[in-house]
Amino acid sequence: MAQAYTPGLKVTARTTHRVRRVLPIAGEVLVKQGQKVSAKDIVAQTFMPGEITPVNLANILSLPPADVRECLLKKQGDRITIGEPLAHSKGIFGLFKNEYKSKHEGTIENISDVTGQMIIRGAPIPVQVLAYMAGTVVEIIPDEGCIVEAEVSFIQGIFGIGGETFGRIVMACKDHTQELHEDLIKDSMRGGVVIGGARVTAEAIEQAVKVGAAAIVSGGIDDHDLKEFLGYDLGVAITGSEQKGITIIVTEGFGEIAMAERTFRLLHSLEGSEASVNGATQIRAGVMRPEIIVPVQEDAAGLAEEKFDPGQLTIGRPVRIIRDPWFGLIGKVAGLPGQPAVLESGSKARVLEVRLDSGDSVVIPRANVELIEG
Amino acid sequence: MPPLDLTPDQIKVILATDCGSTTTKAILIQYVDGQYRQTHRGEAPTTVEAPFADVTMGVLNAINELEDLSGKKFIENGRLIHPHNGNTGSDIYISTSSAGGGLQMLVAGVVRQMTAESAKRAALGAGAIVMDVIASNDKRRPHEQIQRIRDLRPDMILLSGGTDGGNTTQVVQIAELIAPAKPQPRFGGRYTMPVIYAGNTDAREAIKDAFKGEAVDLATVENLRPVLERENLGPARDAIHDLFLEHVMAHAPGYDKLMSWTHASIMPTPGAVGNILQTIARMQKINVVGVDIGGATTDVFSVFEGKEPGETVFNRTVSANLGMSYSISNVCAETGMKNILRWVHLDPKIMDERELRNRVKNKMIRPTTIPQTQEALIFEQAVAREALRLAYIQHKEFATTLKGVQQQRTVGDTFTQLASGQTIVDNMKLDLLVASGGVLSHAPRMNQTAMLLIDAFEPEGFTTLAKDSIFMMPHLGVLAEVHPKASLEVFEKDCLIYLGTCIAAKGAPGAGKVGRPCFSYEIKRLPSPSGRGAGGEGDSGDMLYGDVKLIPLADGETANVVIEPARGFDFGAGPGKRIERTVKGGTVGIILDARGRPLRLPEDREQGRRMMAKWVEALGMYPEMKREAVAVA
Repeated sequence: MAQAYTPGLKVTARTTHRVRRVLPIAGEVLVKQGQKVSAKDIVAQTFMPGEITPVNLANILSLPPADVRECLLKKQGDRITIGEPLAHSKGIFGLFKNEYKSKHEGTIENISDVTGQMIIRGAPIPVQVLAYMAGTVVEIIPDEGCIVEAEVSFIQGIFGIGGETFGRIVMACKDHTQELHEDLIKDSMRGGVVIGGARVTAEAIEQAVKVGAAAIVSGGIDDHDLKEFLGYDLGVAITGSEQKGITIIVTEGFGEIAMAERTFRLLHSLEGSEASVNGATQIRAGVMRPEIIVPVQEDAAGLAEEKFDPGQLTIGRPVRIIRDPWFGLIGKVAGLPGQPAVLESGSKARVLEVRLDSGDSVVIPRANVELIEG
Repeated sequence: MPPLDLTPDQIKVILATDCGSTTTKAILIQYVDGQYRQTHRGEAPTTVEAPFADVTMGVLNAINELEDLSGKKFIENGRLIHPHNGNTGSDIYISTSSAGGGLQMLVAGVVRQMTAESAKRAALGAGAIVMDVIASNDKRRPHEQIQRIRDLRPDMILLSGGTDGGNTTQVVQIAELIAPAKPQPRFGGRYTMPVIYAGNTDAREAIKDAFKGEAVDLATVENLRPVLERENLGPARDAIHDLFLEHVMAHAPGYDKLMSWTHASIMPTPGAVGNILQTIARMQKINVVGVDIGGATTDVFSVFEGKEPGETVFNRTVSANLGMSYSISNVCAETGMKNILRWVHLDPKIMDERELRNRVKNKMIRPTTIPQTQEALIFEQAVAREALRLAYIQHKEFATTLKGVQQQRTVGDTFTQLASGQTIVDNMKLDLLVASGGVLSHAPRMNQTAMLLIDAFEPEGFTTLAKDSIFMMPHLGVLAEVHPKASLEVFEKDCLIYLGTCIAAKGAPGAGKVGRPCFSYEIKRLPSPSGRGAGGEGDSGDMLYGDVKLIPLADGETANVVIEPARGFDFGAGPGKRIERTVKGGTVGIILDARGRPLRLPEDREQGRRMMAKWVEALGMYPEMKREAVAVA
């Protein structure tokens, strides 16, 4: 019989984790193999080619393209500043020449005899890559960056906004079912990764931004509130570049959902620890899920490495229901019927029986459950 | 690619897969009783994403399902067994793919409505998603165009512009923007960006100079618009396809392995679907529209007769952000919840908008889930209608006669620029509408599929409706490259499931006329070719404006239909004119649609809901629905 393969999110107290830290184009790697790094250390840097500005001198000087070069006061490779004379018109019988002063600053990269267009390249743009995760450099990728490895507690969320940030874990909610409201966000949470419980409200997010929290992690969020916060309706799940002053990670989904108890307990145990957080999410073409990474302390005895067994639905395995009408409920696989069943919607699909934590049993399409680490 | 040592006649067992963005679908075709038939189908989640990051895992999982269902063995030690021997192995394996987001291209041309549009058509015809079209007259300033180029991460760039022998300046100018902008591929630093130049041949040397020193793989092909009056898209399409295989596919996780398994080049899924639709249209001499609504994108294909006798014009559009899972939130954002809910006949108390928004987003972030309740299904089908409507509008706007073509009407007339840029999609001339994609093909009842198609596409007059039974058009499109006979046999016998015929009145006199006579009809079943049905039975009656009605006519049956329209309504013979046609039956039957075209629903939500409830009941779309959920007075 074919194996069922339902991918799940990772929530684990201890795992060996690697992050690949690379520049977008070739540059300088600043670390060495074996070097210990902290999360905010710069591991590589480079300069992106500056912005380019095309200047159509043939049009400006009313000349055929091939005549532009002889009218130039500067040549390819020269630096130019704003207001500096760049070219002059031919004038009338060599008299009454007009000067054209540059409106842009940069280096003259190219002058085309075909189009009469000049390309001015602006100042290079510095780009730095941080280690992001405290750990050890285990591999150098020449001219690009490195791979950092560490023993960490690793929590994946289902959806996030905002990019990489850092902060210490601070608990705002008492348990995983408590909603994260505005009054639970304190000034002392400045710079912190605020851990909520169930749904986080719009007001709580605004308050967190006000107090200067680095990130919020909670079970759920209403899409209506997310839209209000972003200022637009998110069309496609590709995030990470939002500049809203905070990173938000939702662990379960949209709506009134409690954080999985196991996730909450793990985060609670990490209170006070420094975390690396990334809200970037991409659902297709290279899937990325938001994450919270906390390096395991040297003296963290008793945290055995947990083995993640991807993609196997087996009896007794804990699962989370990820679709209405039982969205968010957690239970264990109680049965795996071989034959497809007819759902209330009329569709036929392969199903499984889930015994919920409440003791009730429900029948769910296999596509509508997600493995959670046990 | 492994060598294909067998002749077509020796090929008896064919494995074919399509790697979609969400699921990988495998089919088994076998030579049975003297003909090729599709016998089994398996599917599994596509595995390009982490933690698997190897498309072949999903392929093997899908073929595993085929093994379970057929009792045959196709895989040994993670490899496919060839050739077949008894119950083991297959003779050939072929595949299509749209996984990993498919092929994403940046297209550039000189004039947006002319060479740039032809370039876009070439890219779409090759199966690509066009991320943006840069043109000299696209209303953006050069620095905005440059920023856009830098922000995009295309897999490939197609540059066109200038007719042969014409001006070279403008196309070189565009190249001089693209080259220094240094577009970064999404696959990262080790990927060499393919750039195809398909413009004025006189500009080739200048284009090469513009890209000198840049990390690109520049390919030069014949001009795709050598003269304004004619497109020559073939060479550009072929180059796109070759570079797609060489550069894009080779970088997607596991594709290099997959390419070593297939006995024919892997085609982008939409390219293969376009192939098979053009074949049907040509063979049956009909106008066809096909739609494939997926998780992330919706493709619309059309084949309509051209101006010259025997000429057909093929167009494909891909609405890259309209789909039912990854892109479902975008559908809602583009059309608005109000437009979606107008298709929902349920009690509004069940359909709280805040809650629905959450459901949509949950589907977006967990795209492989399926509706379990009837209410979830109804909502998804409402979203599907809007996705299809939006995609069809985009298609009609794109599938036009060539723009910029001047026409001389008579000798001595001055040249005019009329009749260029008109849409060639004519719903009255549409003969066949083919549906594929999960929400259409896997709808629990085919009545639902039929109504989704009619509501979204608004066919006029007489239109046959069909669905791709299990989404095997891509498989057959690529199979046609190596075994045309098998491909056509399976297409005719197994691929299309005929839903029936929609007979719809064109004309929209206004809400005030609802309930007035629209047309009368007379239907007589014709004797069945198999001899089972004697024919002769029929149905007749009158349809009032605003009504729909379902008349059973089984698959394989035909009927003679006479329509007498009331004044102002047209069925293809002219307003108010009688028309007689032979129509096909199907799993649904004949749908008489007197709602008028264009289709308008009442603005008032409650009125609209009651109207939808009436139509839903007439078509038997959700017979198990609890009455209290509908709350019809």
